[in-house]
Amino acid sequence: MPAYLELSQIGKTFSRGAATTEVLREVTLDIAKGEYISIIGHSGCGKSTLLNIVAGLTTATTGGVILDGREVNSPGPDRAVVFQNHSLLPWLTVYDNVRLAVDKVFSGTRSRAERHAWTLHNLELVQMAHAKDKRPAEVSGGMKQRVGIARALAMEPKVLLLDEPFGALDALTRAHLQDSVMQIHATLGNTILMITHDVDEAVLLSDRIVMMTNGPSAYVGEVLEVDLARPRKRLELVANPTYLKAREAVLKFLHERHRFVEAA
Amino acid sequence: MSVTALKEAEPQRRPEGAGLTAAPAAKVVRLKTARPPATARLMAAVRWTAVSVLPPVIVTALLLLVWEMLCASPTATLPPPSRIWLEARDLIVDPFFVSGPQDIGLGLRVLVSLQRVAVGFGLAAVVGVLLGALIGQSVWAMRGLDPLFQMLRTVPPLAWLPLALAAFRDSNPSAIFVIFITAIWPIIINTAVGIRNIPQDYRNVAQVLRLNPLEFFWKIMLPSAAPYIFTGLRIGVGLSWLAIVAAEMLTGGVGIGFFIWDAWNSSRLPDIIVALVYIGVVGFVLDRLVAGLAGIVTRGTAAS
Repeated sequence: MPAYLELSQIGKTFSRGAATTEVLREVTLDIAKGEYISIIGHSGCGKSTLLNIVAGLTTATTGGVILDGREVNSPGPDRAVVFQNHSLLPWLTVYDNVRLAVDKVFSGTRSRAERHAWTLHNLELVQMAHAKDKRPAEVSGGMKQRVGIARALAMEPKVLLLDEPFGALDALTRAHLQDSVMQIHATLGNTILMITHDVDEAVLLSDRIVMMTNGPSAYVGEVLEVDLARPRKRLELVANPTYLKAREAVLKFLHERHRFVEAA
Repeated sequence: MSVTALKEAEPQRRPEGAGLTAAPAAKVVRLKTARPPATARLMAAVRWTAVSVLPPVIVTALLLLVWEMLCASPTATLPPPSRIWLEARDLIVDPFFVSGPQDIGLGLRVLVSLQRVAVGFGLAAVVGVLLGALIGQSVWAMRGLDPLFQMLRTVPPLAWLPLALAAFRDSNPSAIFVIFITAIWPIIINTAVGIRNIPQDYRNVAQVLRLNPLEFFWKIMLPSAAPYIFTGLRIGVGLSWLAIVAAEMLTGGVGIGFFIWDAWNSSRLPDIIVALVYIGVVGFVLDRLVAGLAGIVTRGTAAS
């Protein structure tokens, strides 16, 4: 399997004065093009740090990230991030938030009209075209996250990085958004790396689930292949034995072998 | 919905101002007598007037009365309102008269002062925001400049005047410089705080989009720090108005400050009091203007 995104021997140590904390130790992961990977682990296990390293927002202490044959060490639109708290600019409308990204990424290659059409196209992709002239404060949390996804998709990234994208949403909205993301993944075939702490979400969406051990010095404890045919339907999977088995495996990993220690 | 219930709810709503009083007032009227909405709106307007205009008018009238009584005796050192009205009537009634090169209405004098403030404050706003952005953004710039700024900002405005006069050799640029140097500190400091408080999320977005420094300044920094910047501008405009009056007393010319000094030298106390009222009103209007501008510009920035 040729690796499209390669995380090799990534280690991260934070030092504050004399005290150093090792957050990640030798995280190695090969991701194929079009694959949907979830990283799951207890809070504080460094999974967000890992995502930030891939995004280039944090630099790794050791090891590196290779995307499509090139090493990456600074942020860029080829690795678009959907942030947990949407991070839309509140003074811009929904349209302008996406347009800002489109203008920045395609200013040299596409005409004004094309960029306008592309912005609208991406808003339609997440069913937000109707609210394009509203400001982020005027739409619901789920809608904000949709716009965040549209902004990331509009950059035509090589990898889409989702940092607990549905963590702040209620269960119903979360389910809607998960369906949307699955649909987008099926249509566009993006390579997606998602951080989550929701077992069902991980199993439902991913091709592979990467389970992280507890920090400090977290490493990849186990990688689980989710062998479920796509398109996946939430309701049909409820009693599916493969689904249940995968779910059980992740739950066992998280709650039996690597239980969350409060003091850690 | 019963009439009694409405009556009970009414007094609570009353102090909240025009926007909120209008709706319940309309309902009450319609329930009782089914009057047309035009009348209801008129009623609301009347009520709004009563609530927000009457109290200051009554208090002012009372104060004037007390003042009149206190200064009524012939030995009083300050003139009572009645004497001000008699002696400085031309200044009060017509702000824009011109009867000679040095004998012009107070409105015109205020305009001259405002011109100086506009130039000095405008410069202070531009330079202040840029410097504030610099020290908000760069730790080293902050370490280097912040102690200096904290020291300089405590220098009283007029202490700069002799230096300015020596440097510019003219009163007008010196007055403008005093405005500039007075107004710039709160603008710098507030802008710096605003820039330092830009959420990491917005910085991350800018990094992922690879915004260059100029784009970052226009698209993220300014809008994000706008509420802080406008707080600085508001303090700054108030300080410049304070400083210009004092500076003009010393530099001369036709400004409102020099008018007060001139009136003092020729013992025209009523004129001074009228001028004070002008200064107060203009200062109030300036503050409201900047606050209003802030309201328009920062619309949507506060909530996220």
